[in-house]
Amino acid sequence: MSLSGLFVQALNGLAAASTLFLLASGLSLIFGVTRIVNFAHGSFYMLGAYVAWSLTDRLQGAIGFWFSIIAGAAAIGVIGMIVELTIMRRIYRAPELFQLLATFALTLVIKDATLALWGAEDLLGPRAPGLAGAITILDRRVPQYDLALIASGPLVLLALQLLLTRTRWGVLVRAATQDRQMVAALGVNQAVLFTSVFALGAALAGLGGALQLPREPAGLSMDMTAIGDAFVVVVVGGMGSIPGAFVAALLIAEVKALCIALGDWQTPLGFIVAFPKFTLVAEFAVMAIVLILRPWGLMGRPDTTIRPQGSTSSLLTQPGTRQSWFIAGFALLLFAAPLLVEARSYTLVFGIDVLTAVLFAASLHFLMGPGGMHSFGHAAYFGLGAYAAALCAKALNWPMWAALVAAPAGGLIGAILFGWFCVRLSGVYLAMLTLAFSQIVWSVVYQWDGLTGGSNGIVGVWPSSWYSSKAAFYCLAVIVCGGATLLLRRILFAPFGYAMRAARDSVARSEAIGLDVRRIQWIAFSIAGAFAGLAGGLFAFSKGSISPETLGVSRSIDGLVMVLLGGVDTISGPIVGAAVFLFLQDQIARHVEYWRAILGLFILALVLLFPAGIVGTIRAWTLRR
Amino acid sequence: MSLLSIEGLSKSFGGVHAVSNVAFSLAAGEMLAMIGPNGAGKSTCFNMINGQIQPDAGRILLDGEEIVGRPPHEIWRRGVGRTFQVAATFASMTVLENVQLASMSHAGAVRRFWRPMALYPVEQARDLLDQVGMCEQADRPCGDLAYGDVKRVELAIALANDPKLLLMDEPTAGMAPKERIAIMTLTRDLARRRGIGVLFTEHSMDAVFGFSDRLLVLARGRLIAQGTPDEVRNDPAARSAYFGSDRAFEGIRT
Repeated sequence: MSLSGLFVQALNGLAAASTLFLLASGLSLIFGVTRIVNFAHGSFYMLGAYVAWSLTDRLQGAIGFWFSIIAGAAAIGVIGMIVELTIMRRIYRAPELFQLLATFALTLVIKDATLALWGAEDLLGPRAPGLAGAITILDRRVPQYDLALIASGPLVLLALQLLLTRTRWGVLVRAATQDRQMVAALGVNQAVLFTSVFALGAALAGLGGALQLPREPAGLSMDMTAIGDAFVVVVVGGMGSIPGAFVAALLIAEVKALCIALGDWQTPLGFIVAFPKFTLVAEFAVMAIVLILRPWGLMGRPDTTIRPQGSTSSLLTQPGTRQSWFIAGFALLLFAAPLLVEARSYTLVFGIDVLTAVLFAASLHFLMGPGGMHSFGHAAYFGLGAYAAALCAKALNWPMWAALVAAPAGGLIGAILFGWFCVRLSGVYLAMLTLAFSQIVWSVVYQWDGLTGGSNGIVGVWPSSWYSSKAAFYCLAVIVCGGATLLLRRILFAPFGYAMRAARDSVARSEAIGLDVRRIQWIAFSIAGAFAGLAGGLFAFSKGSISPETLGVSRSIDGLVMVLLGGVDTISGPIVGAAVFLFLQDQIARHVEYWRAILGLFILALVLLFPAGIVGTIRAWTLRR
Repeated sequence: MSLLSIEGLSKSFGGVHAVSNVAFSLAAGEMLAMIGPNGAGKSTCFNMINGQIQPDAGRILLDGEEIVGRPPHEIWRRGVGRTFQVAATFASMTVLENVQLASMSHAGAVRRFWRPMALYPVEQARDLLDQVGMCEQADRPCGDLAYGDVKRVELAIALANDPKLLLMDEPTAGMAPKERIAIMTLTRDLARRRGIGVLFTEHSMDAVFGFSDRLLVLARGRLIAQGTPDEVRNDPAARSAYFGSDRAFEGIRT
């Protein structure tokens, strides 16, 4: 590694930092004022690139190019405004989980809209007129455009700081970031303030995307990579802090650049450490370290503003004995039905999918509902279980039953390790840390070719001969998933389940009756991880192969949708939610091309119209009568 | 030896000296009131004794043992029960379950994963609810209770570990005068009968002067007077600190 190589990588890092900052500053602004963590921010970034591509395609020359960039950003600002007016406005008072889901649904809709308008091909943008060349620094050629990009970050920071400190609007934004209830009480028109902040944030993301066009083509995967990066930057910098976002963007971009610059390193012990492989993990590792040392980010503050909105959680009532038998009998009949009618194998395969999803959703519900810990990375434990089972079966040649014991153990070990850190945080920060850990697990699985098969995954994980028929495996799934779900339920009504709810309802009161809240949450986290791992193990054997997708973000989100669909305050909710979700996904994906958009609209409808979920809504109806 | 003895207790938040160099002691069975205007440092004192926040300096001895630096759940195990200024109960449970959970925690039976809570004995919890007059509402969700009733439930919860020391932050806030007298009478009876030391704050002067054996007067984080109700009533410093006038306590009868 030469000095000049390091220098060029550092410049590269600075350019990346500017883009990260544009993206993150908007996200941070929006969070600071509206308290909404905008998942769709990456989609605004992606749209910015696409809109700018269309404009530069039509407008030639330097003026045309720069006009396209600015107009692209402005267009995204307008789109942001429309989104705020139609959707965001209705969910400011909703629990934060619903806000995250609604904005996630928006990413699905925007992705499919982009696919419909621009097609699936990556679109290569033009070079920036006048900045297409490169200059020589330390014998290395550095693109002029990168230097311009490096300048854009500090310029936007300066402009934002002037806007925030020198204008009345900026004063209001800063006041609302500190205490929005007080700002409302002072008679400020919140509606206009929120809309304008959201539009500005969206425009900044759009600008970031548009400016990126000469460096990389516009593609459909931009949104998810961007939002992952933006989350990390905002959380590391401290949510709501613009200078924090700047510092964090620099830190993360430079750490990544350093990983690339270091290259492969021959250790004295003989093996080679390939630093470039760490780029995927690096940002999440930085985030995990920062959150552990400074739970509110580098320049953030402990959330002083969010006052308790009153407890929304309702009583959990245990059904009477007769009712329990009735439900158990009904469930048994339902699951026995496919076997009795000699169903086609497709029905059985679908049934197994539903059963593993039910167990996965039940374990997530255990954590989120009674445990009060919102996890955005629960798929990590599902995936750890799946990989543990697959590796034991394939690499160690263990029998299936032993591999199915290894599955929950895999989930458990991961959850014990990550849970220890996670229970130190709460709310959005907790959700982000769980997301970070799941991304780390994903990256490790993705890059550790030798063990996990990398992006190809592990194939040929088949059940032992006794269970090789679909019907037999279906029976096994009914017994394992049913039994495990009932066990989770049992724990919820045991003293430990009460202690979990106590820790959720009031931390101070729990501590004041001798409950060690962190320890209880840690145990709950570990239990949830173990059950998710068990579901993952069954999943691996039912599919016969697994890939990094098994523990990707989208599975975590699927789990959240299942739980919320059923109703987070109900015990049977996740079961109903998982079944309905899979049924819909199966039906929609088979018949409709743009199933993601349909799913997104469906989630939006759910959040806006039935926030209590299916079971919760039914219960509310029956109580009213 | 006194039950609770506090020496040189101090805590600052930024540049604000919330509590500075406070020292006092409390005997078993004694009712000790802590009064002072808003922001005097009362709740901060409570939070330090109960372990919720760590003092910058000073010692807190419970039965002669240092408890500074111990987490709240450990301090509770040593026999310190507490009620909060803003009442805190578990809203997703019934009144009975709230108290039952506290007694199970006392018995060290919380980390059990199999037997349903409903099958564990509830006699002790019912007995405690009976003492605070909440027996009829035992099966109501705690989230639905009137504020004064939540305060009673808190008291029952605080009594569940058979405490040596009870910290009550505004135990009667939100109660009607009649209820106020009832709850304070109950507390005093318990203190006398079981030898519990009670440290409480109050804004209602009839509760303070009617039920305390001794008073501590705090102003801007400093202990400016202490003594029997009569002594404090006649203390000019206490009077002027409390309401900015030396006639603050006139007309209060005990």
